[in-house]
Amino acid sequence: MLMEVKELSLSIGKVALLDRVSFSVDRGQVLGLVGESGSGKSLTALALTGLVRRIGGRITGGSIAFDGQELSDLPEPAYRKLRGKRIAFITQNPMSALDALKTIGDQVDQVSRLHLGLSRKAARAHTVDILTRLRIPEAATVARAYPHQLSGGMKQRVVIAMALAADADLIIADEPTTALDVTVQAQIVMILSELVRKRNIGLILITHDMGVVAQICDKVCVLYAGRVAESGPVGQLFDTPRHPYSAALIGCIPRECMAPGALKGIPGTVPSALNYGAECCRFASRCARADALCHTTRPLPHSQGAALVACHHPQGTAAQPEALDV
Amino acid sequence: MLGFAIRRILMLVPVFLAVSVIIFLMIHMLPGDPIDNLLRIGAGPDQRAALTEKYGLDRPLYEQYLYWIGNVVQGDFGNAIVQRRPVASLIGQALPYSLTLGGLALLVSTVLGITVGIIAASFKGSWLDQGLMGGVLFGSMLPNFWIGLLLILVFSVSLGWTPVSGARGWESLILPVVTIGLGGTALVARVTRVAMIDAQGRDFVMLLHAKGVHPVVIQLRHVLRHALIPVVTILALRIGWILGGAVTVEVVFARPGLGSLLIKSLNQHDYPVVQASLLILAMAVLLGTLLGDLLQAAMDPRIRDNLK
Ligand SMILES: Nc1ncnc2c1ncn2[C@@H]1O[C@H](COP(=O)(O)OP(=O)(O)OP(=O)(O)O)[C@@H](O)[C@H]1O
Ligand code: SF4
Ligand SMILES: [Mg+2]
Repeated sequence: MLMEVKELSLSIGKVALLDRVSFSVDRGQVLGLVGESGSGKSLTALALTGLVRRIGGRITGGSIAFDGQELSDLPEPAYRKLRGKRIAFITQNPMSALDALKTIGDQVDQVSRLHLGLSRKAARAHTVDILTRLRIPEAATVARAYPHQLSGGMKQRVVIAMALAADADLIIADEPTTALDVTVQAQIVMILSELVRKRNIGLILITHDMGVVAQICDKVCVLYAGRVAESGPVGQLFDTPRHPYSAALIGCIPRECMAPGALKGIPGTVPSALNYGAECCRFASRCARADALCHTTRPLPHSQGAALVACHHPQGTAAQPEALDV
Repeated sequence: MLGFAIRRILMLVPVFLAVSVIIFLMIHMLPGDPIDNLLRIGAGPDQRAALTEKYGLDRPLYEQYLYWIGNVVQGDFGNAIVQRRPVASLIGQALPYSLTLGGLALLVSTVLGITVGIIAASFKGSWLDQGLMGGVLFGSMLPNFWIGLLLILVFSVSLGWTPVSGARGWESLILPVVTIGLGGTALVARVTRVAMIDAQGRDFVMLLHAKGVHPVVIQLRHVLRHALIPVVTILALRIGWILGGAVTVEVVFARPGLGSLLIKSLNQHDYPVVQASLLILAMAVLLGTLLGDLLQAAMDPRIRDNLK
């Protein structure tokens, strides 16, 4: 397994924001990390890249194994050597992710000069080569441009180029398409999935967009309020979602209903991290299948086919009649 | 960029003329006139009339102004009435002293202020940040002349390390430079700190961390560059201000310079000298803003593109 996360818990200050999150991704695989706004997707990415310390966060339990190496207690200098070299992180919002005062080339060169020790000249050649392979026309000219001179889609490709500059084994992309218009989104998704196949790397794709998940992911992990609701192969999740929350997400493929607080068919919003509650299902206040058990006992993940489902009354099982489907 | 510079310089012309009118009117509305300083005791009204006519002071104001500005534009500041020398030579003698003092003070406040600002921002919220910024705030609240007097008392009078006053040798520069520099340091430090903290919080910084760039490199090569844009703008504005601000300090330390010359000429109602000194100070401020704009464009590609 390229990266295996087990029971990862994380707090910022006294607030517990991730609660025993588990998932894994292997080479050549795309793992989709989905969930409404505020469910903890970006925090998970920051935890995996060791950046969560920068915003005052702390891993309070669990393990992150990357290629056999335990990362959860890795000291920062060692983590820094890994970041950008073996684990590349594409941060949310390409529009503001680049340094406005430096040329595109300088910013991409930085990665290969730092991690591969390339000379200035070699790094630029490398950069132009990567930009060209990402189908950026006139890459040498683009390398001399400044971020504000490029379109959003171009900027996103540049950020992806940085992820490739040191031949990372794992790319974590936080909503790489959200800020872009629809046709550009499709291109970026294509580029990413091609990279995974061609370079045999792992990709953790954080997204709001269940359409994108269906298109390129092999596995999905559905996060809700800092916990995993359901995780498993994409096919099974889309065909027979077990967790009522997954089912609601899938009923929602058009992007519009993924806007914060507007999940079709499900009233209410994700609870704030301050009222998460420990001994209950955090989805209970919005779930049509909820009963007394759901409000008093935490549902633990258990196998349902190839998936792991954290629900007392999963759909499509004998415990509850289908008629109750949301 | 060159086109922009030329346009900006041309825009300065009307401002320059407006400033010159204001300076001229201000001077001529002050009570008293230079002839008083030239007349011997007991001189009669005809002697006064003769002198007044000699220096053109009997002409209508607008004529006097046009005559003056016409010459100034050709580089001729005229002759000092009381000090009886060409104004240009008086200023030429004083200006190097002020430029040295102002330049060094600007250098001190820039280097110190930016350093303090970077450290404070990098350790935002820590005791180091609070201590540095508290000290800097305290320093900026003390008036220049007071710091000057205090420094003289300690270093010149008590310790005898530096000269009390005058402009002989580089030692005489230390206290005046520190006096002016300290006030500027506070301003620069505060602007640097705020600008650094603002830049530290932007999205691109997280991507730099994600690339594995060392935090010190991020602070100095990336964050600082963003922070320096507002800092440089403020520093450029201060160029003129520091020349003018040297006035009190030059008086406290009894140094020659534009400030001392201005005060002396003001006391003697030596119009041509006062006008020329003020005009030069105003020019310094105008050139400072121009320099600020040009530096901003040089540092920020977005601004550069906007100019096209
Ligand atoms: N720096 C922080 N300090 C305190 N709480 C935070 C911080 N960052 C995020 N949180 C909280 O952690 C929870 C998860 O946030 P996260 O950014 O991971 O959500 P997300 O799933 O990425 O949402 P989105 O889709 O909007 O990006 C939210 O409740 C948020 O309020
Ligand atoms: S545990 Fe209960 S409340 Fe939670 S999703 Fe399952 S049925 Fe709904
Ligand atoms: Mg997010």
